[in-house]
Amino acid sequence: MTMPLMKPKRKNPVLRTQQMNLPPWARGRVALGITAAAAHGRFELQECQECSAVQYPPRSACWRCLSCKLRWREQSGEGELLSATTLHHSNDLFFRERLPWRLGLVKLDAGPTLMVHLHGEVGEAPQRVKVGARLDRAGQAVLIGFPNEGSAHMADDKMLREMTSDPKFRKVLVTDGKTPAGQAIVRALVKAGADIVWVGHAEPWKKLGGLEDISALPQVTLVPLDLTDGRAVSRVAGSIGGKVDIVINNAEVHRSFGIGNRRGTDVAKAEMDINYFGLLRLAQEFGPALKGRSADGATHATAWVNLLSIYALSNFPPHGTFSASKAAAYSLAQCLRAEMRPAGIRVINVFPGPIDDEWNQHMPPPKLTPESLASAIVKALRDGVEDVYPGDVAQEWLERWRDNPKVLERELAVNGG
Amino acid sequence: MAAERENTMSNTDNLSGAQLLLGVAGALASGRIRVIDLTQTLTPEFPQIALPPEMGQCWPFRIEEVSKYDERGPGWYWNNFSCGEHTGTHFDAPIHWISGRDLPNNAVDTIPVQHFVAPACVIDCSPQVKDDPDYLLTLQDIEAWEAKHGRIPKGAWVLMRTDWSKREDPEAYQNFDETGQHTPGPSTEAVRFLVEQRDVLGFGSEAIGTDAGQGYHLRPPYPCHYYMHGAGRYGLQCLCNLDLLPPAGAVLVCPPLKIEKGSGSPLRVLALVGDL
Amino acid sequence: MARRGYEDVAVAVPVTVPYVRYSTEGAHWFLGRALHALVEHSGIDKDAIDGLCLSSFSLAPDTAVGVTQHMGLSPRWLDHVPTGGASGVMCLRRAARAVQCGDAEVVACVAADTNHVDSFRQTLGAFSHFARDATYPYGSGGPNSIFAMITAHYMRTFGARREDFGRIAVAQRANALRNPNAMFKKPLTLDEYMAARPISEPLHLFDCVMPCAGAEAFLVMSRRRAQDLGLAHVLIRGTIERHNAFAEDPIMVRGGWRKDRDALYAQAGVQPQAIDFIQTYDDYPVIVMMHFEDLGFCEKGEGPAFVQANTLTHDGSFPNNTSGGQLSAGQAGAAGGFMGMTESIRQLTGQAGERSVPGAALGLVAGFGMVTYDRCLCTGAVILGKSE
Repeated sequence: MTMPLMKPKRKNPVLRTQQMNLPPWARGRVALGITAAAAHGRFELQECQECSAVQYPPRSACWRCLSCKLRWREQSGEGELLSATTLHHSNDLFFRERLPWRLGLVKLDAGPTLMVHLHGEVGEAPQRVKVGARLDRAGQAVLIGFPNEGSAHMADDKMLREMTSDPKFRKVLVTDGKTPAGQAIVRALVKAGADIVWVGHAEPWKKLGGLEDISALPQVTLVPLDLTDGRAVSRVAGSIGGKVDIVINNAEVHRSFGIGNRRGTDVAKAEMDINYFGLLRLAQEFGPALKGRSADGATHATAWVNLLSIYALSNFPPHGTFSASKAAAYSLAQCLRAEMRPAGIRVINVFPGPIDDEWNQHMPPPKLTPESLASAIVKALRDGVEDVYPGDVAQEWLERWRDNPKVLERELAVNGG
Repeated sequence: MAAERENTMSNTDNLSGAQLLLGVAGALASGRIRVIDLTQTLTPEFPQIALPPEMGQCWPFRIEEVSKYDERGPGWYWNNFSCGEHTGTHFDAPIHWISGRDLPNNAVDTIPVQHFVAPACVIDCSPQVKDDPDYLLTLQDIEAWEAKHGRIPKGAWVLMRTDWSKREDPEAYQNFDETGQHTPGPSTEAVRFLVEQRDVLGFGSEAIGTDAGQGYHLRPPYPCHYYMHGAGRYGLQCLCNLDLLPPAGAVLVCPPLKIEKGSGSPLRVLALVGDL
Repeated sequence: MARRGYEDVAVAVPVTVPYVRYSTEGAHWFLGRALHALVEHSGIDKDAIDGLCLSSFSLAPDTAVGVTQHMGLSPRWLDHVPTGGASGVMCLRRAARAVQCGDAEVVACVAADTNHVDSFRQTLGAFSHFARDATYPYGSGGPNSIFAMITAHYMRTFGARREDFGRIAVAQRANALRNPNAMFKKPLTLDEYMAARPISEPLHLFDCVMPCAGAEAFLVMSRRRAQDLGLAHVLIRGTIERHNAFAEDPIMVRGGWRKDRDALYAQAGVQPQAIDFIQTYDDYPVIVMMHFEDLGFCEKGEGPAFVQANTLTHDGSFPNNTSGGQLSAGQAGAAGGFMGMTESIRQLTGQAGERSVPGAALGLVAGFGMVTYDRCLCTGAVILGKSE
């Protein structure tokens, strides 16, 4: 039985803050295939296309027939725990700080033997288990043996919890509470047990409705936050940055113009100023504080969520300048991910299809409700994934893009979808 | 009172322009003429005019350090800033409005510069605005002012004092609700009188626009912009310290930036006020 | 095709460069000390050494070729066999064939490694692709957790107890006390073994070797040459070698020797009962136990009973690791794969002093090593005999 996480006591302010030591992060190129799949929440191994043998550890030639045609395939992870050990000594700083630590050897029904971290609810060997892949604090995939039937508080397992960014008992900043999506995110975070939700809002004289309702929630504190104003961002960071565990940057400007149907660059500039430069300002101001607290107790700083768009992958010409601004933000978010990695902060990029709001009025369904978007974000935080494609449109476009990005580009140009 | 004024002016008729100017300089130095700043400070927090989201928007004031005696520039401090032509305390040129688009010398770089120094008449509507943010300056308000202070001279600014600038909270300053903005301004009748009967230089307001917040619903929409700029006159917005000015006798100095074909610009508005 | 024997080969001049826990010297220093001792103890000129077989994990960025220039050697046969615990057996097999074919006359086999304060962690991180990708991220900080799980599985499957493994460790410590080169100088009781702090359950402190710096070496030459030089020497009666055996076993329960032991004893013309002592590769006691089973001294699963039924000290019924083994003498990196060889040469040439196995005529040296993922990949064995 996993002990449910209790709300931690207040921190003793005279003690030095625990710093982050990453677990071993070196992986060969082929092995990064597991990381790439885990970033999307999947456990994949290579399967030989000629003889079907499943490979582990990852490699360049089939162990059975020497074929080089090895393809990554999702695995069920079902297998047998052959043996387990509890580590009481390690030369590695990350593990040294977290001893004792349980490891296992699992024989997958699919064939190979895997070394895994063991969830606390897995009993002694022999035992049926289910192996999954998760990103560890270094952002690299590790394999975990899970019990076939977990308890209600499975997620609070100390080892597992540190690989995820559960909002429970955490303090979160949502950068724009004035949109329906922002308000849905706030509600979802409160429901998920967040301790404090700071909700940013700009241009206070423009009342879009809904902000009063969420500001009535006891966890919510409104903070003036205009991502186009570097000094304002700096001021907010100075005030709350040292307490924020999760940043959710959902502020965006969305217009529906391409190149030819709107003269001038002012609209595109407004999109870039929030969607791209807003992220840059926010990251410059809040990044260091988050990194400094990435090992600060059970509710350490843990994640940065960017609301991007599936249009970031491939330009949607009817919303062409918006797409470009999201593509710029996506590239910058990858830079942010690299810069946050040494501190063990997870950067989560969310690529929704059209949200059911006023700027997507002309988009045919299916459209993503603000509630589903919010729920997908909370799930991503809990699952510890990196890239999220919520909704049917996002899923479909992702598939088409992976299959052949050039074909998708042409389809969007010709058919507009 | 009008006679008194005429007397004062005739005494100076025999002085040369140069001597008059020296006199002003001396009076400024000795404090007999004071300089009052009618300008709001340009900060990112100061609100800007907000149009419906489908329209192009006026940029807010934004400022970013280039360096501050640091690795980006060790011995100096400077900033880059951006804003719209109509951000903060600003000047409206006739070319700003469709009714003034074809007039000669209608942009900030072509307006005759002598217009940038002109007398100002300050009409106090602050008691009425206290009860009604949508208050419109009426013809009656003008007539009442003229009864006390004399006829509004040709070529003078008419400034509507409302104490609106004392609303320091941006939300209160903009004063939006679901039906739009609620700020004071002139009525159509008042504007037409000032333009057609008094040939004024322009209209000045403490609020975000020369027209009232609900001006869109007057006929024609935005009558102050429409008639003033349509007659080649000017506008001043986001003024402050109008409560420090005498109802008559102040002289405004308000040259906008010399922007090529500019429709307006943020500027420093100064009032010269002489002791009596 | 029948395998050729080694009747005309001699192995001589066992050299140990004393172990130290940490050293600021590099591997080359220990290599140099070993080569110097080989030359001094054999009376052979340095220039007469025309074959060189090395094993080291801390040579990088140097190679065996770089060592030739470093040491001023000009061999006509060169090999680098950095296979840790199997390198002694593997170097011997290669050197012997080179001598038999006339490709070299005197081959120096040397294993050397330094140990800096941070060495162990550096080596592990870059040990192999599979270790980097599939074990290092799991915090084991080395093979401890893998062998802990192999041990736990073995205990569960065959009913072995910690006491059984302890018996091996205690006997080896007793042997080590008569080895002036051993790092451990105090006796070890079974109680102390049982009470020691856990490293990775069920392995505790005295189940794990102590990494250190040092070197081991020997010479391989023709039997004729050894006789001409008047060098005490031993003969090679049989050898085997195997890599990645039993890959289909989901977890290691047997070593590769099982596959080739019949060929070993056939080549030597003896049965296991004829062996007077065994030098096992003792990275962990469970592996020692598997040696006993898979090299034919008892059946699979009988290891615990075999250990309890025998005394494993140098003067016992089944002498094992008469120098103390790595568990009590220390593991000087790759030299751990050579220590069984040099100890066996000493035992069979009357140079083992107070820890001599009485009347020893045949000794078995096992090789085992290279955990690149979840098990050791190399196994090997050599049966050495007295030269009369």
